[in-house]
Amino acid sequence: MAASEHTALQFTPVLSSSSLLAKVHPLVIFNICDCYVRRPDQAERVIGTLLGSVLPDGTVDIRNSYAVPHNESSDQVALDIDYHHNMLLSHQKVNPKEAIVGWYSTGLGVTGGSALIHEFYSREVPNPIHLTVDTGFRNGEGTIKAYVSVNLSLGDCQLAVQFQEIPVDFRMVEAEQVGFDILKTPMVDKIPSDLEGMEASMQRLLALIDDVHKYVDDVVEGHTASDSSIGRFISETVASLPKLLPSAFDKLVNDNLQDHLLLLYLSSITRTQLSLAEKLNTAAQIL
Amino acid sequence: MANNSGNMARSFLQVASTEEVAPSLRVVQIEGLVILKIIKHCKEFSPALVTGQLLGLDVGSVLEVTNCFPFPIREEDEEIEADGANYQLEMMRCLREVNVDNNTVGWYQSTLLGSFQTVELIETFMNYQENIRRCVCIIYDPSRSNQGVLALKALKLSDAFMELYRSNNFTGEKLRERNLSWVDIFEEIPIKVSNSALISAFMTELEADSPITQCDYDRLQLSTNPFMERNVEFLIECMDELSMEQQKFQFYYRNLSRQQAQQQAWLQKRRSENMARKAAGEDPLPEEDPSNPIFKPIPEPSRLDSFLITNQIANFCNQINGVSGQSFNRLYLMKALQDS
Repeated sequence: MAASEHTALQFTPVLSSSSLLAKVHPLVIFNICDCYVRRPDQAERVIGTLLGSVLPDGTVDIRNSYAVPHNESSDQVALDIDYHHNMLLSHQKVNPKEAIVGWYSTGLGVTGGSALIHEFYSREVPNPIHLTVDTGFRNGEGTIKAYVSVNLSLGDCQLAVQFQEIPVDFRMVEAEQVGFDILKTPMVDKIPSDLEGMEASMQRLLALIDDVHKYVDDVVEGHTASDSSIGRFISETVASLPKLLPSAFDKLVNDNLQDHLLLLYLSSITRTQLSLAEKLNTAAQIL
Repeated sequence: MANNSGNMARSFLQVASTEEVAPSLRVVQIEGLVILKIIKHCKEFSPALVTGQLLGLDVGSVLEVTNCFPFPIREEDEEIEADGANYQLEMMRCLREVNVDNNTVGWYQSTLLGSFQTVELIETFMNYQENIRRCVCIIYDPSRSNQGVLALKALKLSDAFMELYRSNNFTGEKLRERNLSWVDIFEEIPIKVSNSALISAFMTELEADSPITQCDYDRLQLSTNPFMERNVEFLIECMDELSMEQQKFQFYYRNLSRQQAQQQAWLQKRRSENMARKAAGEDPLPEEDPSNPIFKPIPEPSRLDSFLITNQIANFCNQINGVSGQSFNRLYLMKALQDS
């Protein structure tokens, strides 16, 4: 007649997982990969702290990270806590807004040792995010997953900690986007200059326009099924080009061109003036 | 046996004593990680100017930069001096524990619209040069990156200029001797970007597959007016400063010629006095009189500032040229779109 016969396995969700989203900046991935490549020989994986902030709508913005040396054996995990605190203080001197939001480890799954480390981190932060970056490419691709821990309890005693996956989103700031192309390949010989970058963007735009053109052609000829929402979208885009009289438009463009030519002329004059002035300055002799 | 080892010891000593001629720095190899870190740091704190330290290795003619860390912004200078040094030591120690290269190879700083040529930059260079054989400064311009260009430059002081700076002598003659003009102060070194294979694999995967998100629309923006306006404003200010420097020179030359006229007049007087004395049979007075104030040499103003300003102006002009070129492209593109 003990009431304990009816205790059931309870899931106490900490946060409804639908609202929790992790946004990761590419810098974090770079950091993790770099630390993995530099790890000491006997270590299988790298563990470190994630820094960032929690946005008001609940998403966690992960902006920076650093590695923490650790020792791992079959049943024990030892983390260098002093180092972790020192690095945290140093990072916060530069950017006081960055706080601990979780921790990361390389390798695919979540192991037993991870639970211990997660517990340590949950003492620092109320709901830490655990990020795993699979550097071993075990599934044939590099998977990056984020987990939040959920307590599994049986009545009053806590049984285990379950890691629930949350979606990960990669954010890239515009300036980073510009440099992203050169970050992809192993070696780039020089940073592309302005004009080359322009050329690349224009080619991409051209490719986009070509795609749309091909799509419209296909629909007209009946090769692909027409989708009215796409059609409406295309017509909106084309209609968004401002309707101006050709003469007014020409005038606009020419005015702009003239302004820029004027600026070019000014800057060329300035440069000539500079070289003249310099000759005068150093060539003047009194005696 | 002893003789042999003596010979060997001597040859070793000979080898050790011959100065190795360091190959000149031809390229700076930066890792993608460093670039991202620099971008992030400078962007977060713009428009304030921030600095940070570069770490890496010096290999032959390539300077590899493998990691970096930012410096905290210092507000008051007094008690934070020691703090700053502590911070640096702490960071280097911690990074050493995770096997990051612990070698300082330079520093980076952010700039506003390219106005970075100041005397402080040169002083910092000289400070670094005392400790490290080869150091480089990376300049990043966050305002230009909003235009869609990765504005990253690696600079180094040219050797000739460094020697001249040490002797602290910037007179016109010295400069003419060495044929040094304002373009020779800073040398720009080409940058190569390298990435480990692991990171490339990740990035290729993370990159959005659809070309729509690949297209960087920022570069195709038509409005460059605010940027150009600020550039031209800075240009005008620099021209004002340059004209002030030139006035200083004018003043100096005028003074110099006036002093020489005075010297000539005094010399004439002395000579006529001497002739009178000779006629009277007395000793002639010396023809020079160092205690006379008109013989005091007037110091020539240093040309360092004008060189720096000239460099600055050239920089602005280059930027204007670059942006104008881009704008031309965009305008023609618009025209083509409209026509079709």
